[in-house]
Amino acid sequence: MKKSLHRLGEYTLLMIKSISIPDRWSMFFKQLVKEIYKLGLDSLWIVVIISVFIGTVIAIQISLNISSPLIPKFTIGYTTREIILLEFSSSIMCLILAGKVGSNIASEIGTMRVTEQIDAMEIMGVNSANFLIMPKIAGLMLFIPVLVIFSMFTGILGGIGASHLSGNGMTPASFEYGLQLYFNSFYVWYSIVKSIVYAFIISSIASYFGYYVKGGALEVGKASTNAVVMSSIMILLADVILTQLMLT
Amino acid sequence: MVEVKHIIKSFDGRIVLNDISAVFEDGKTNLIIGRSGSGKTVLIKNIIGLMKPDSGEILYDGRELTGMDKHELNILRREMGMLFQGSALFDSMTVLENVMFPLDMFSKDSVKERKKRAKFCLERVNLTEAEHLYPSEISGGMMKRAAIARAIALNPKYLFCDEPNSGLDPKTALLIDDLIHDITKEYNMTTIINTHDMNSVMNIGENIIFIKEGVKKWQGTKEEVITSDNKALNDFIFASDLFRKVKEVEEEALEKK
Repeated sequence: MKKSLHRLGEYTLLMIKSISIPDRWSMFFKQLVKEIYKLGLDSLWIVVIISVFIGTVIAIQISLNISSPLIPKFTIGYTTREIILLEFSSSIMCLILAGKVGSNIASEIGTMRVTEQIDAMEIMGVNSANFLIMPKIAGLMLFIPVLVIFSMFTGILGGIGASHLSGNGMTPASFEYGLQLYFNSFYVWYSIVKSIVYAFIISSIASYFGYYVKGGALEVGKASTNAVVMSSIMILLADVILTQLMLT
Repeated sequence: MVEVKHIIKSFDGRIVLNDISAVFEDGKTNLIIGRSGSGKTVLIKNIIGLMKPDSGEILYDGRELTGMDKHELNILRREMGMLFQGSALFDSMTVLENVMFPLDMFSKDSVKERKKRAKFCLERVNLTEAEHLYPSEISGGMMKRAAIARAIALNPKYLFCDEPNSGLDPKTALLIDDLIHDITKEYNMTTIINTHDMNSVMNIGENIIFIKEGVKKWQGTKEEVITSDNKALNDFIFASDLFRKVKEVEEEALEKK
């Protein structure tokens, strides 16, 4: 308990140190562009691949599990859309990104810590936390909605693909009808808001674990694993809280 | 001039620095020597403000470091250059970008001027050919030279070097020593070097402080090191066969006289 409180305090202080006015705005924007490219744009391919396949599988699974003739076939398209918009493209995708992006951030900052690169910045009078962490948080929070929208789009495309190819009682027409049925645009905003919160969780927790690494390469590895585990737990917790707040 | 007065530092009740006082003069290469674990690195980290002493004073030309607020400390730090044991170059930047980094952060000059200054620093350490390479693509000696170029980019008043020769072959180590010594004279900096390399001591040690188990045992020049009768210092210095032989030769020469 004492250790957890100590960590919470350390995390809060680090965030206060990180989220402050940059020493040089030009350097901040330079870093921000780098981080958007490295953390966001570089994740686009994995988001697209996973979304297409999961969208396809969701559609096939639902069609296989609807055996009752009383349930109309357009339910497949409707359910696929709801699953993708409400949960998959935000929460599940961010859990996957916590693995990819979170471990990247923790290992990068952790390596900088153990090789004294962070000390070198401090000696120069640079606010190392602000220089290293703020562009990552801002970059991920700015770009994650783009990834979520790509995920929604490609996930639904995967479902449409399944309706064309798999059969199983699905027809493209009924699937597309289901996709458009009772569409609530708030669900898209709900997903985007959730993803922005998750982006903060992933980047800040991973940065915290990396920034306070002590020791060598082994500890950097451990910090990376801890960052992924802790961000995943926090994402799930935030999911429950945000769903309760926004949908009820 | 950097002055430390009665510095005490402990970790979990274990005293690592015990009442250390010393003066590090301008335009001189000041060396802190001692065995591994003697407290050299802790002392240098206290001097540069990466650690806070339990008690005592650290004065930079009369300015008290331990009493400074964050803003004052950051301003003072812009007058410092530091060469780390592992060079601590930023992996994601080229050599030129590394040298430009402190300029980009704090200099008000134009980009062209900053680049010119960075290139001048690289030229000063004979590293212009590597400016577009990344740290992973250059040798240990080149990394040290790049780190020196970065340390002097903002024309610092104080230069700190933590084990500048570790991991280098003897010839490259001598080159790095000479470079640090020449730069110290050229810019009249207060240079503090933390080392256990006896070649450095004999090559550039103008003001040497010997620490054993966190206590300052001796202070003097490189000429006085060999002739000192301080037992702790002699145990450290003459642990090396080479220096034992040098001492024997000197003693024989004295007897003959």
